[in-house]
Amino acid sequence: MSAGLATTVPLASPHAHAGSSVSWVMAKVMLALTPATLYGFWLYGWPAVHLWWITIAAALLGEAFCLRLMRRPLRPALFDGSAALTGWLLALSLPPWAPAWLGVLGGLFATIVAKQLFGGLGQNLFNPAMVARVALLVSFPVAMTQWIAPVPLGSAGAPDFAEGLRITLAGAPSLDAIASASLLGHAKTELSRGVDLLQANLPALSFVGERAGSLGETSALLLLLGGIALILMRIITWHIPAAMLVGLALPALIAHALDPARHLSAATHLLSGAAMLGAFFIATDYVTSPNTRLGQLIFGLGCGLLTWLIRSYGGYPEGVAFAVLLMNAATPAIDRLIRPRIYGRDLKGRPLEIPEA
Amino acid sequence: MIAAILSLTLLGLVLGFGLGFAARKFHVETDAKVAEIEALMPGSNCGQCGFPGCAGAAAAIADGSAPPTICPPGGKALVEAIAKLLGLSVDTSALADEGPKIAVVQEEICIGCCRCLKECPTDAIIGAAKQIHSVLREACTGCAKCVARCPTEALRMEPVPVTLQHWVWPKPERGAPAWA
Amino acid sequence: MGLMEKIFALLEPAHWGVHPDDKKRPAADAPVRRLPLPERLYVPLQQHIGAAARPIVLTGQKVKKGELIAEAQGATSAAIHAPTSGKVVAVGDVTAPHPSGLPVAAITIEADGEEAWIDAAPAQDPFSLSPEEIAKQVAAAGIVGLGGATFPSALKLGLAKKAKIHTLIINGGECEPYLSCDDRLMRDASPEIVAGIRLMLIATGAQRALVGIEDNKPEAIAAMREAVRPRREIEVKPVPARYPMGSEKHLFSTLMGQEVPADGRTTDLGALVHNVGTAHAVYQALGKGRPLVERLVTVNGGAVAFPGNLLVPIGALVEDVLAFAGLKETPARLVMGGPMMGSLLPHARVPIIKGSSGILALTAQEAGIAPAGPCIRCSSCVRACPIGLLPLEMAARIAAGALSAAVDYGLKDCIACGCCAYVCPSRIPLVQYFNHAKGELAAQARAQLRNEAAKRLAAARAERLEREAKEKAEAAARRKAERMAQKAAEAAAAAAKQAEEVA
Ligand code: SF4
Ligand code: SF4
Repeated sequence: MSAGLATTVPLASPHAHAGSSVSWVMAKVMLALTPATLYGFWLYGWPAVHLWWITIAAALLGEAFCLRLMRRPLRPALFDGSAALTGWLLALSLPPWAPAWLGVLGGLFATIVAKQLFGGLGQNLFNPAMVARVALLVSFPVAMTQWIAPVPLGSAGAPDFAEGLRITLAGAPSLDAIASASLLGHAKTELSRGVDLLQANLPALSFVGERAGSLGETSALLLLLGGIALILMRIITWHIPAAMLVGLALPALIAHALDPARHLSAATHLLSGAAMLGAFFIATDYVTSPNTRLGQLIFGLGCGLLTWLIRSYGGYPEGVAFAVLLMNAATPAIDRLIRPRIYGRDLKGRPLEIPEA
Repeated sequence: MIAAILSLTLLGLVLGFGLGFAARKFHVETDAKVAEIEALMPGSNCGQCGFPGCAGAAAAIADGSAPPTICPPGGKALVEAIAKLLGLSVDTSALADEGPKIAVVQEEICIGCCRCLKECPTDAIIGAAKQIHSVLREACTGCAKCVARCPTEALRMEPVPVTLQHWVWPKPERGAPAWA
Repeated sequence: MGLMEKIFALLEPAHWGVHPDDKKRPAADAPVRRLPLPERLYVPLQQHIGAAARPIVLTGQKVKKGELIAEAQGATSAAIHAPTSGKVVAVGDVTAPHPSGLPVAAITIEADGEEAWIDAAPAQDPFSLSPEEIAKQVAAAGIVGLGGATFPSALKLGLAKKAKIHTLIINGGECEPYLSCDDRLMRDASPEIVAGIRLMLIATGAQRALVGIEDNKPEAIAAMREAVRPRREIEVKPVPARYPMGSEKHLFSTLMGQEVPADGRTTDLGALVHNVGTAHAVYQALGKGRPLVERLVTVNGGAVAFPGNLLVPIGALVEDVLAFAGLKETPARLVMGGPMMGSLLPHARVPIIKGSSGILALTAQEAGIAPAGPCIRCSSCVRACPIGLLPLEMAARIAAGALSAAVDYGLKDCIACGCCAYVCPSRIPLVQYFNHAKGELAAQARAQLRNEAAKRLAAARAERLEREAKEKAEAAARRKAERMAQKAAEAAAAAAKQAEEVA
C-alpha cells in the first residue's frame, strides 16, 4: 500500500461527483414512461408491442450506422440510452397499429437526420422524435392517422402475439372495421363540415386514457404521474410542463367561454392528443429547451399557446409536435437573451454599485 | 411554375444587389486597418514573418494575403487582438505555440565581438568589445536575429522556463475521455 | 430593484450551490494526533500569494524552532520560520504541492529532534498593543490566510483598518466535504480563537465580530458559543450547511444579506472575512510568541486507514503524513485541500505548506472518475452555479478557442468552486476549461505587456540610432568646418607670410 502513485496529467478539481450520469438520466426518464407505455400495450394489444420495439431498434440502428460511418466508438453513444429514448418517444406518438415500416422509417430518420446530422447528442437543434413524427405526418398523413378503438389485451377480438406481429409487419386485414377517430381529429372534421361542436357527437373524455389515440399518449393520468416522478427525481423542473399546460389551458378556457360552439374546452385540450406527453416528456428535452428558469417558462408558454393555435386554426388536428419544433427553433434566441443574473451584478451584467462608506 | 422561377430570380437579383451595395457601403478603408494592425504588432521589425517589417506584415494581414498568425513574437495575444479587430474567428488553441523563446549567450564561447549587439532590434543585449555579452531576459522578443550574426555560435534560442506563476492549465481534450 | 429584478428574484430564489455528502465524520470526532517529527523538513519559500520569501540562512547553519529563515520580500509576501530545530542542509528546488508538478525553491532542514524553540518573548499584554503593532507582529509571524487562499494576513488587516470596517466575519464554514481541521480547532481551542478574534478586532477597528459556522458542526458551535459568552461584541452565527458556504462572498451574503459588487470587496461594504485558523494563529503569535510553523491537517479519504486531524510541522512531506495515518489501498487520487477545490498532487513527495487544510487519499469511486461525454444541455450546472453563470456556454466557447466570448459570459466572475462539474452528468471537466481559459488570458495579458515593452524598446533604439547618426553627421560637419577653417587660416597665414616676404 504505497502512496507512490504518479498522476501524469494535471486534472482540475473537483475530485468528487454527485454520481449522476447520462445513462442514469435516460434510464430514469424511461422508467417514468413505463406505466403509460404498459397501459398502451394493454389497451391496443400485441401490435402496439411490436411497433414499440421495432421503432426503438430502428432508432438504435440509425445511431449505430452513423457512428460507424464516422468511425466513432459505438458503445458509449449506443448505451447512453438517448437513441433508445428517442425511439421510445417516437413509438408512443405513432398510431398503435401502424405498420412496421412507419416505425422503421421514423426511427431511422430521427437518429440519422434529426440527431447525428446535427452532430450527435447535445448538438441537435430540434427534438429528434418530434422531427420524425412531423416528417412522417407530412409524408404519410393517412398511415399516421389510422387510429383504432381500444381492444384491450385479453378482450374478445384482441390479436395474439403472432397475429399482432402479422398486423404490424403486413398491415391489418380490415382496419376499417375497428378504425376510430381521435377526439381532436373528429372535432376538426366536424368543424370543417360545418357542424358545430355542440351538435357534434364527440367521444367521451377519459382521464385514465381509454380512448382512441397514439400508442402512449392516451393516459393523461399515467403520464402525469410519470412527469411528477421525474420532477421528484430532479430530472426535470416544473417550469416547462407547468408553463406549457397553462399556455394551452388558458387560451382554451377563454375561447371556450366566448364561443363553445367553435372551441373545445380546456379539459379536452389538456386530456387529448399529445398534451401530457408533450408537456412532461417532449418539451422538457434537455438539448432543445432553454437553460434558465425564466427561459423555460417562456418556452413552455410558447409551446402551449402554439399548440392551441394550431389545434384551433391550423390544418392539422394535433399541434404539439409542430409547436415544440417551433419553440425549439426559438431556443437559441431565448438562451441568448435570457441569462441568469450574476452574483454582484445587475441583470445587464454591470457590477452592483459600491455604496459610499 | 414560371411565376416561381420569376419570383426566385427576382429575389436573387434583389439580394445580390443588396449584398453588393452593403459591401460598398460598409467597406472599410484598408489603410486605416493597416495602421490599426500595425499598432498592435511588436514593431521590432524582426522579419520572422518573411516581410521586411511589421508594416509589410500588417498590410498583408489586412488584405488577407497573410494569416493573422504569421507573427511569432506576437504570439497568441496578438492573434486574438487582430482577429478581434478584423472580426475574424481564429482558433488559437490549434496554434502550434511551443512557448516563447529567448536568446541566451553561452559565456564560454562569447568572444565579445559586439556584432549581435548591433543587430538586436530592442537593444536587449548588453556588452562591450572583448567583454562577455549577455541578454536581458525582459527585453528580448525572441526574434533570433542575433543568432545568425554570432561568429562563434555562442547565441542559442532557449525556451523561457515555465514557472509556477506562469503555468497554464492544459485544455481538456475534447471528445476523448478526459481521464482514463 | 426594478420590476424585472423582482420577477427574477421570485423565479430564482437564493438557490445556489450543492449539498455534497460531507463525509467529515469519523475523522472530525477523532482526537488530534501529532505527527512524529520527520527527519527532514522541506520548507518552500513560496507558501502564499505574492512574492516568494528571501532566504536568510546558509547551508550548514543551525536554526532553532521558530527562527526566521526567510524574510518577506516586497509588500505582498510573508516571512517563513524554521518549523523545528536543526541544521539547514540545502536551499534548492523541491516539487511544489501543485498539480503542475513544477519545482519550488525550499529550505531543507535536518531535524535534530530537540524541538528547541527560539527565546520567544511575547508582548506582556497583547491586548494593549496598537493596531499597527498588531499588524506588524502578525506579519513578523508569517501568518497567511489559513482557509486556503494564503493571502498575507497582516496586509488584509491593514487594508481593513484603512477601509474603516465595522464587522469582522470569522469564517468557520468549512463547507468542503472531508475536511474537519477548522471544526477540530473550534472544538479544542475555542478560547485561543476568541482571543485571536479580539486581537483582530483591535487591529481592524471593527466593532463586532460574527463567527459563521455551518450547522453540521454542532459541537463546534457549542464550544465557540461557550467561549464567546463573556464577550458581547462577538457572536456565533450558525449558517446552513451548503457548499460553497465558506466562499468569502457567500458567507458574507448569508450573514449580512447583501451582495458583494462584482468589482468590489467585502471591505467596501464594511466587513472583513478571516478564517478561524488565522484567528488562532494570530493569538499563537501575539499571545505566545509562536510564529506559524505548524498547522492542523485533516487526513481523510477512502484509502486512509486511520483518518483524523494531525498537527503537522510545515515542510513535512505528504508521504510522512500518509505513512503515519496509514493507507488501506493505493489511492486513485491524492488531493491537497478539499475535494471540491483542492489540487491534485503529482506524487506524495511534496511538502505540507501553510495553506494545506487537508490531505485526501481518494479511491477511484470516491473521486468520481469516469470518462467525459458530450454536453446534453441538462442545465444542472446552471442551477448549481453559486455565481449565476452558464458553465455549459462558457465551456463550449473555451473548447472552441473563443476565450473572449467566454469572458462575455462571465468567466472572470467564476470562483472555480466546482459545483458545476460536481453535478454534470456528462462528467465534463468544466473547471479545467475555466482554469485553462483564465491562465491563457493571463498569459496573453502578460504577452501583451511584453509586446508593448518591446515596441517601446524598438522605438527607443530607432531614436538612438537616429540620434547617433545625427551626432555623427554633426561631428563630421564640425570637423570638416574646422578643417576648412584651418586650411583657410593656413592659407591666410601663408599669404600674409608671402606678403611679408615680398615686403
Ligand atoms: S466553478 Fe465557476 S462556473 Fe462552475 S459553479 Fe463554480 S462559479 Fe459557477
Ligand atoms: S451539467 Fe454538464 S451536461 Fe449538463 S448542461 Fe452543464 S455541462 Fe452540459
